[in-house]
Amino acid sequence: MNKIHSAVLVLIIALVTMALRFLPFLFFGGKRKTPAFITYLSQVLPFAIIGMLVVYCLKQVDVTAAPYGLPELLGCGAVAGLHWWKKNTLLSIGAGTVIYMVLIQMVF
Amino acid sequence: MTVKYAFARSLPVMAGYLVLGCGFGILLETKGYGIGWALLMSTFIYAGSMQYVAIDLMTGGASILSAALMTLMVNARHLFYGVSMIERYRGTGKKKPYLMFALTDETYSLVCSGSVPEGVDEKRYYLLLSMMNQAYWVIGSVAGSLIGSMISFRTAGIEFSMTALFVVVFMEQWRSTANHISALIGVGSSLICLLAFGPDRFLIPSMVLITVLLIGLRKVLGKEAEAHE
Repeated sequence: MNKIHSAVLVLIIALVTMALRFLPFLFFGGKRKTPAFITYLSQVLPFAIIGMLVVYCLKQVDVTAAPYGLPELLGCGAVAGLHWWKKNTLLSIGAGTVIYMVLIQMVF
Repeated sequence: MTVKYAFARSLPVMAGYLVLGCGFGILLETKGYGIGWALLMSTFIYAGSMQYVAIDLMTGGASILSAALMTLMVNARHLFYGVSMIERYRGTGKKKPYLMFALTDETYSLVCSGSVPEGVDEKRYYLLLSMMNQAYWVIGSVAGSLIGSMISFRTAGIEFSMTALFVVVFMEQWRSTANHISALIGVGSSLICLLAFGPDRFLIPSMVLITVLLIGLRKVLGKEAEAHE
């Protein structure tokens, strides 16, 4: 793990995030109307990107070799089930993580 | 009065930010990045989901291009937040740069819901609320980092907290709209690219495919988005 590269990544992430936060005020702050295209993308992207992030988190799962992605499947099932039932974000994340840790440390 | 009001309104965010920030700090620490990293990232990035993803990008040695693109996509919604706050934050003077910077999902949802009661200085309220929320996030992260460095049990699997976070956000978003095309495009495109390019190379193609599909479907999805406003 290269700490200098990590620092550069943090810097890039911070700068891009700031740019996204400042740009609307800098460019569309006056009388200029925001392009419909920008408004459209920033509205529909989040739904798609969260889906992508779920896949991203599970990218290393190998369903062709033991334990065939079972801990991840059960972990995600637990999170989804809990969230469906209790609708409590912190409970779903906390309990889901503990269940997953128990599964990979003691069961699989 | 203004301070009290801002604090009262910030309370629901407090619990969430302290706990999620703490989770971030613990995860960061267990991946070998200490308290200074937690402090810097929560101060200067201050974007929850992206900070979790950042840990993964850092430990995986991601390229600068994929980190920049990933941030662009994950945080694109901030463009929308910014655009819708232009009027409300007009005339905030010296406070404005920080208000723009600190506009997270939670702060946005608080600031744009309802008007402030009489006797509350609106602009000061925005600033105080934004600062309190970030304080919770930074305190949570730093505390998490400290906890992470003291943990004596086996932490294998703790990174699942990121997966859990996104599964929950995905469900929340799914519930918030009747149109699931966008969400399905996200999952479908990523799965296809994961199979086609493998785990180390699928991210950029996924982002490109998602953007192309969303632009292509603008006629269908754009109407929904407008109707949603």
